[in-house]
Amino acid sequence: MQDEVLLRHFVTKGRILGLSVTNLACARGGIPLLEGVGFSLEAGQALVLRGPNGCGKTTLLRTIAGLQPAQAGDITCPADSIAYAAHADGLKTTLSVAENLSFWAAIYGTKGIEDALDKMNLRPLAGRAAQNLSAGQKRRLGLARLMVTGRPIWVLDEPTVSLDTVSVALFADVVRAHLAGGGMALIATHIDLGLPEVGVLDLTPFKASLDSTGSGHFDEAFL
Amino acid sequence: MIALLVRDLRLAFRAGGGFGLGLAFFLIMAVLVPLGVGPEPDILARIAPGILWVGALLACLLSLDRIFALDFEDGSLDLLATAPVPLEGVVSIKALAHWLTTGLPLVLVSPVLGLLLYLPPQAYIWLVVSLALGTPALSVIGTFGAALTVGLKRGGLLLSLLVLPLYIPTLVFGAEVVARGAQGLEVATPVALLAGITAGAVALLPFASALVIRINLR
Repeated sequence: MQDEVLLRHFVTKGRILGLSVTNLACARGGIPLLEGVGFSLEAGQALVLRGPNGCGKTTLLRTIAGLQPAQAGDITCPADSIAYAAHADGLKTTLSVAENLSFWAAIYGTKGIEDALDKMNLRPLAGRAAQNLSAGQKRRLGLARLMVTGRPIWVLDEPTVSLDTVSVALFADVVRAHLAGGGMALIATHIDLGLPEVGVLDLTPFKASLDSTGSGHFDEAFL
Repeated sequence: MIALLVRDLRLAFRAGGGFGLGLAFFLIMAVLVPLGVGPEPDILARIAPGILWVGALLACLLSLDRIFALDFEDGSLDLLATAPVPLEGVVSIKALAHWLTTGLPLVLVSPVLGLLLYLPPQAYIWLVVSLALGTPALSVIGTFGAALTVGLKRGGLLLSLLVLPLYIPTLVFGAEVVARGAQGLEVATPVALLAGITAGAVALLPFASALVIRINLR
C-alpha cells in the first residue's frame, strides 16, 4: 500500500524522476567545504556518503534539503520530493509518540501512522510521552517520521546514531522496503548499514581548496 | 497548518508549556501597582490606562523567546522549514498561537484589573477594545523579534531590547484609547491608528520573519 503510494508519487507522466547533483559546491559558516560534488539517484537507488568528521556531509545534506543555498552547481529533483532527517529528531517531549507522529503526518498531508508505528517497533510505546523514551527509541521515532512523510527521496544525516544492532537491522529493512517501492535514499553514515546493494560516495576528494572562494563579502551572509 | 496550531496550543497547555505565565504576571503587576503608588483612587484612575497597557506589553514579552527557540533546539524548525508548509504560514500560526495563549487571556481578564485600579466605568469597553486590537500586533512584532534571535543562546534579553522599541506605537495609541475613553473624549482616531498598526504588522511582518528564519537556519 505504502509502496504503491510512493511509486505513484514518483512516476510522473511515465518519466521516472530522480535526484541529480552536478558540480555542487557548498560552504558552512562562510568556509567552503566541498566543491565539484556530483552524483545522481534514480528510483530504487540509495547512496551512502562517507568522509571524516567535518568534511561537509551535514552541509551537503542541508544544501540538498534546501535549508541553505549552494555556492555553485545544480540540484535537480521533483518539487516536494525530499524528506530530510537531521541529527535532532524534532520531537516534542511533552507529546506522546503517537501525537508526535500524527502531527508530522498532518503536516505532510498523509494518513495513517499505524504502518510506521509497526515497522519501527514503536507500537508498545505509542501512548508514552517522548520525554520518557530512551535515546534509541527517540531515534526510532525520528525515523518513523520519514515513513509518514510519503516522500520518495530520503535525505538522512547519521540515521543510526544511538540505535542498537537490532534497530539498525530494522532501519535497514525499512530503507530496503522504501527502495523497493521506488524510493531513494541519501544517507550520511559511518557504520555499515548491511545494505550491500547501495553505492558509496566518499566525500574526501571533493574537499574545497580554502582559497577557491575566499572572497568573504559581508553581503554573502544575506544571499 | 491547523495541525501546527493544535500542536502549539497543546504544548502550551502541557507541563512547562508556559500558558498562564503572562497572565499571572499581568495580575501580579496590577496588584503591586496600588501597593506601590498608594490607594488614592484619583491617582490610580489617572495612571490605570498606562499601567494596564505597559503590563500587557511586558506580559506578552515574557513568553516571546519560547516561540521559536524550543523548536530550534529540538530540530523541529529545520524539519518544518523542509516540510510542505510555507514558512510564512508557520510564522503566522506561531504568532496566532502566541496570541491565543497570551494576548487573548489578557484581553479577557483586563476588566477585572481595571476594577483594582479604579478605572472609570466608561473606560472598560475601551480597555477591552484597545487590548483586543493591539495585542495581535504585540504577538506578530514579537514573533519577528523571536525570529531575529533564533539560534542565539540566551537570546531572550536581546529579544526584549529589540522588540520593546517596536512596541512603542502600539503602546502610545493603545493607552491613548483608554485614557480618552476614561475622560469621555472622542476615541475614533487612536482606535483607527491602533487597528492600522495591527493590520500592517499582521500583513507584512510574517514575510520578514520567514525570511529572517531562513537566514538564521543556514
